[in-house]
Amino acid sequence: MTITGEILERHGLTTGEYQRIVDALHREPTLTELGIFSVMWSEHCSYKSSRVHLKTLPTTGPRVLQGPGENAGAVDIGDGLAAVFKIESHNHPSFIEPYQGAATGVGGIIRDIFTMGARPIALLNSLRFGPLDDPLVRRTFSGVVGGIAGYGNSIGIPTVGGEVAFDESYTGNPLVNVFCLGIAAHEEIIKGVASGVGNPVYYVGAKTGRDGIHGATMASAEFDERSAEKRPAVQVGDPFMEKLLLEACLEVMKSDALIGIQDMGAAGLTCSTSEMGSRGGAGVEIDVSLVPQRETGMTPYEIMLSESQERMLMVVKRGREAEVERIFEKWDLHAVRVGEVTTDGKLRVRNHGDVVAEIPNRSLTDDAPVYRRPMAEPAYIKEAQQLSLAALGKPPAATEVFTRLLASPTIASKRWVYRQYDHMVRTNTLVLPGMGAGVVRVKGTTRALAMSVDCNGRFVYLDPYAGAQLAVAEAARNVACAGGLPIGATNCLNFGNPEKPEIMWQFAKAVEGMGAACRALDIPITGGNVSLYNETDGRAVLPTPVNRSTSLAAAST
Amino acid sequence: MVVLPGGFSYGDYLRTGAIARFSPIMAEVQRFAEAGGPVLGICNGFQILLEAGMLPGAMLRNRTVQFHCEHVLIKVEQTDTPFTVACRPGQVLRIPIAHGEGNYYAEPDVIARLEKNRQVIFRYTNEQGIPTDASNPNGAAANIAGLCNEQRNVVGLMPHPERACELALGSSDGLVLFESVIDYVKNGVGGHLSRTLAAR
Repeated sequence: MTITGEILERHGLTTGEYQRIVDALHREPTLTELGIFSVMWSEHCSYKSSRVHLKTLPTTGPRVLQGPGENAGAVDIGDGLAAVFKIESHNHPSFIEPYQGAATGVGGIIRDIFTMGARPIALLNSLRFGPLDDPLVRRTFSGVVGGIAGYGNSIGIPTVGGEVAFDESYTGNPLVNVFCLGIAAHEEIIKGVASGVGNPVYYVGAKTGRDGIHGATMASAEFDERSAEKRPAVQVGDPFMEKLLLEACLEVMKSDALIGIQDMGAAGLTCSTSEMGSRGGAGVEIDVSLVPQRETGMTPYEIMLSESQERMLMVVKRGREAEVERIFEKWDLHAVRVGEVTTDGKLRVRNHGDVVAEIPNRSLTDDAPVYRRPMAEPAYIKEAQQLSLAALGKPPAATEVFTRLLASPTIASKRWVYRQYDHMVRTNTLVLPGMGAGVVRVKGTTRALAMSVDCNGRFVYLDPYAGAQLAVAEAARNVACAGGLPIGATNCLNFGNPEKPEIMWQFAKAVEGMGAACRALDIPITGGNVSLYNETDGRAVLPTPVNRSTSLAAAST
Repeated sequence: MVVLPGGFSYGDYLRTGAIARFSPIMAEVQRFAEAGGPVLGICNGFQILLEAGMLPGAMLRNRTVQFHCEHVLIKVEQTDTPFTVACRPGQVLRIPIAHGEGNYYAEPDVIARLEKNRQVIFRYTNEQGIPTDASNPNGAAANIAGLCNEQRNVVGLMPHPERACELALGSSDGLVLFESVIDYVKNGVGGHLSRTLAAR
């Protein structure tokens, strides 16, 4: 079929990017290939607007075992153990369907952690909503909290802390950032690589459905108008399935039959196959007709772009297949062989044997577009920084101000929220929510980890550089006040549309500030997540670079 | 002793404990209980015992329709079970709950029978051991937090005593339930139950 301007627009690709695709392939892409490029080159997967700035962050240090680029970062915590942690956003899905959007956000970040070979032991979250007098906001707020609780409680990982703040800018754009930390022995850390020609590629977990497919509204020859109507916009989580996957994967990892593993989160099969191949300097070939499917008549396009939850892709050592399959059977899961590792560095997708996509992995990952977008200081900054205390007039009585402050939802007790999270399961939580940092002990050692997620979006709005520094400092202070030494951080950068020079300026200044603060406090950033385009009707959220600091503390015995 | 622990068995899909009660192991648990063996159901374990018909009644969603995780106070109403024999009568324990469906329900005649037979083992109360509405975290009938069967060897409760066994975690009040089992194995409870077990 001919790729028209309309099709490009629906895939969020520019004509310049389309030309790059044609250059990479030396021909016109098929629709399936176009879909694959569009998700891999999306802001979410490629970090194309943020990458040049993120590169300036400090990411190394004597404790860093894994920096950015893998499913999660890892730092040494002594005793031969590593803390594996990351934060990720699930903002947009949580606005459309608050419960499932937030729940699948939790499911996704947990997979990122156990994919690395670590057992998840703690969850935190950072949430932003509009003012609670708006009934729609109340629905979003209670749905998001319910979804986080529903998934985390069921899978049995404690939600030990977090932060919630309310501001008008978040009314049409709530922020849902979820953090997970796991523990692994240094030598147990597993990476998302595909290598060893002829090694089989396995698919395991939930079946693939039409949920979460990018470009769901696309009315083209390959899409049935009616199937689009039935297609849910947001994925549905299944925490019990994920619990089985978690246990089965950790068991398989112990067996030494595994080469690499990656979860299928954003961009599903596309992202896992091309990223694993790219990291391993290899090619990956799969046949989508072998992929377990929940619905009938799914096209290769749909299978490759589905974001169905609770799915993993693995590369297993040849000759060890039966052993791996047996472990999954034990957990009532079926590992299905869908392809193998090749030498040619390409992602090759077949459908009943016919090649439907053939793309060099690198063009999807390392060679994806990188933009140095124009920046301009927003006009509001100068105005906002002019403050005349005299112009504010005489302040009201202190007691009145104090009670008003205490009554504001951002400052008031968050018991209504954290009471819904099981924050004690696994019996490691030494400091319960409601304090500055969550503190979780590491059983079998005399150590404990303190964790805190912090950011004040208003500070960052007024001065992105200083505001981001303050976010780092606040997280570090919370950890220090719990008795910890900050040893690592991850960040989740929530901003508006990067194509607006003013937003890009905010972003760049905030990253600069965050880097400066992390260097000053000697805290490496081992990875994170960027969420851009947080705008509704052209109005951006307060720039909210949530910073999370993890720490190490010697436990008092 | 058999302990059915907490923990969203089978995702608690359909209804809490509704799928787990069909687990093959449950037939064994039932046989063990019928022979007088001590069985403790904690949280989801309690819900499974209800679904399996090993204890009377059912769970409704908490009256707030939300999951609640927090420390609560419960009073030990009876000490003649394998899990309370080391408790002081009327002892008030500070133990966490963590559940979405702990709102115990039974028909009024069933509640009356439970009270008459002294089958209510734990009740949500205030610090003075008085069952008030404010001390009831989920809306449970008669503030019931835990109960036993007529033979008194099967006990279920919603709070998590295993999460309250170390001061570092906020409370060690739950330890007494496990000390009770040790005490019970050594000395029995002095009632018909210990004789039943002694006879085995």
